[in-house]
Amino acid sequence: MHELQRETRARAPEIALVAATATATAIVLLALAVLLLEVLAGGAKVVSWSFLSSPPRGLSEGGILPAVVGTVALTLLMTVAAVPAGVATAVYLTEYAPADSKLARLIRVCIANLAGVPSIVFGLFGLGFFVSTVGRGIDRAFYDGRLVYATPSLIWASLTLAILTLPVVVVATEEALRAVPREIRDASLALGATKLQTVVKVVLPEALGGVLTGTILAISRGAGEVAPIMFTGVAYFLTVLPAHLNDQFMSLSYHVYVLATQSPNVDKTKPILYGTVLTLLALTFLLNLAAVVLRAKTRARVHTAD
Amino acid sequence: MAVTSIAAIILILAFIAREALSVFTGMGLGEEGRPLGLLSATQLADGSEQFLWQPVSEPPRYNIVPLIVGSLKVTIVSLLIAAPLGIAAAVYVSELAGKRQREIIKPTIELLAGIPSVVIGFFALIVLASWVQHAFGTEHRLNTLLAGIGLAMAVCPVIFTVSEDALQAVPHAYRTAALALGSDRVQMIARVVVPAALPGILASLVLGFGRAIGETMIVLLASGNAPLVSASIGLSTRTITATIAQELGEVVVGSTHYHVLFALGTILFVSTFVLNSAGERVIHGLRKKLGTA
Repeated sequence: MHELQRETRARAPEIALVAATATATAIVLLALAVLLLEVLAGGAKVVSWSFLSSPPRGLSEGGILPAVVGTVALTLLMTVAAVPAGVATAVYLTEYAPADSKLARLIRVCIANLAGVPSIVFGLFGLGFFVSTVGRGIDRAFYDGRLVYATPSLIWASLTLAILTLPVVVVATEEALRAVPREIRDASLALGATKLQTVVKVVLPEALGGVLTGTILAISRGAGEVAPIMFTGVAYFLTVLPAHLNDQFMSLSYHVYVLATQSPNVDKTKPILYGTVLTLLALTFLLNLAAVVLRAKTRARVHTAD
Repeated sequence: MAVTSIAAIILILAFIAREALSVFTGMGLGEEGRPLGLLSATQLADGSEQFLWQPVSEPPRYNIVPLIVGSLKVTIVSLLIAAPLGIAAAVYVSELAGKRQREIIKPTIELLAGIPSVVIGFFALIVLASWVQHAFGTEHRLNTLLAGIGLAMAVCPVIFTVSEDALQAVPHAYRTAALALGSDRVQMIARVVVPAALPGILASLVLGFGRAIGETMIVLLASGNAPLVSASIGLSTRTITATIAQELGEVVVGSTHYHVLFALGTILFVSTFVLNSAGERVIHGLRKKLGTA
C-alpha cells in the first residue's frame, strides 16, 4: 500500500509533463490539419484541367493559366541564375577553401545572414538595384535611354528571387559534397586526375542528388514568395502570357494576395481564391516531398557506400 | 562565383541604405524644408500630442513610431503563442515520444514551415478572422491578435526545429548519469536536459523573433494595417513590413515618402541582421561545445 502510493506520487509529474507537451504538439499539428483541410475542402471542387489552362475573366471567373505559366517562368529563370552560383559557392567552400580560411568564414556568415533577410527587403533591393540601377544602365547603353529594361519585369523578379534562394542551394549542395567520401577524391587524384577533373567528373556527379534537392527546395521557396516580386515584375492582372524577359507576369502567390484583398465581391471570388491557394500549396508540397524523398535516397546510398 | 553571397549582402545594404541616406543624413529635413519628425509626436489642434504616420496627408506626417510599435506588438504576441507551443512540442518529440511518433511528427511540423506565408495570411484572413473575433470579441475584425496567431503558425516551426535540435544535441551520457543518480524522467528533463539545451532554445527564440519581425504577407493580410499606437491587441495595427509592401507600389520614385520607406527597410535589415547573427553565433558555439563534450 505504502509502496503503491509512492509509485503514484512519483509518476504524477511525469503524466502531467507528457500531457502538457503532447497537448502543445497536438495544437500545432491541429493548426496544420485545419489549414490543409480548409484549403482542400474549398479548392478541390474548383481545381480542374480547365481551371489551370484557361485565362481569367475578371477576378471571379475563368482560370489561372497566366499565373501558372508566370510562376513556372519565374522559378525556371531563378533556377538558371541561383543554381550555378550556389553550386560554385558550395564547391569553393568544401573543395577549395583552406580549413582556416577567413574568406570561407565570411562567405558562411553572409549565407546565414542572407537566409535571414526579410523578404520585403529583397523587394526593396530588387527595385533599387535591378530595376532602377541595372535596368536603367542597360537602357542608357543599348536603347538610347528608351524605357525597355528599367521597369519591373520577369527578369528582375527572377534575379531578385535567385538571391533570396541562393542560401537554400548552397546549404543542400554543401551537405551533399561533404557526404562524398574522401577516398573517392584520393583515388581520383592518385590515378593522375587534376583537382579540377576530380571535382567536375568525380565529386560533383556523386553530389548530384544534393544539388537537385537544393534546386527543388529553392523552386518551392521561390514559388511561394510574394514580397520580393511585388515591386520587381509581378502584375495584378494580365490576360496574355509573358513572352520576353522584360514582360510583366502573373504569379500564383501574388494572385492569392490579389484575390484575397482586391475583390469587390468576396463571395463570388472565393472559389477561385481557394482553387489558386490549393494549386500553390499542392505545388510547394509536392516539391518539398520530392526533396525529402530524394534526400533520404541520397543519404541511404552514401551510408551503404560506407 | 563563390563570393556571390558576400556581394549580395553588401549590395543589398548599399542599395537600400543609398536610397535611405537622405533621411538619415539630411538633418531630418523633408522636401518642404520642414523637419520629418520620424520619432517625435505631432501637436494637434486640441493641444494633445500624437504619433502620426500619414504620408499622403497634407502636410505629410512621417512618424515611424506607430509602425515600430506595431511590428513589436505583433511579434511579441506571436512569440507568446509560438514559444510555449514550439518548445513544449520540441520537448515532447525529443524526450517523451516514441521513435515512430517522432519520425512522423517532426517532418509534419516542418511541413508547416514550407507553407508559403501568403497562404497562412489567406487562412488568417478568410478562416481565422471570424473565429478570433467571435471567441475574443475584438474591436476590429482584423487585429493584432489575429496577425499574431497567423505569425505564430510561421514562427512555431522555427522555434520547434531549432529547440529540438538543441535537445537532441545534449549528450546521452547526461541523461544516463541523471537517471543513475536516482532522478526520475521529469527531473532529468527539467533539471538536466533542458538546462543543457537552454542556449539553443534561447537562440530559437531569437531566430523566431527575427523571422516574425521580418514577415510581410501574414501581417499585411491579417493585421488591418491601421497605424495606431495602442497597447490593445484587439485593435488593428500596422507593421514596418506591411507599410513598405502597401506603399512602395504607389509612391513617386525619389520623393521623401520613397526615401522614408527605404529608411524603414534599412532599419528592418539591420535589426534582423543583428538578431540572426546573435542567434547563429549561439547555435555555432553550442555545436562546438557539445561536439567536444
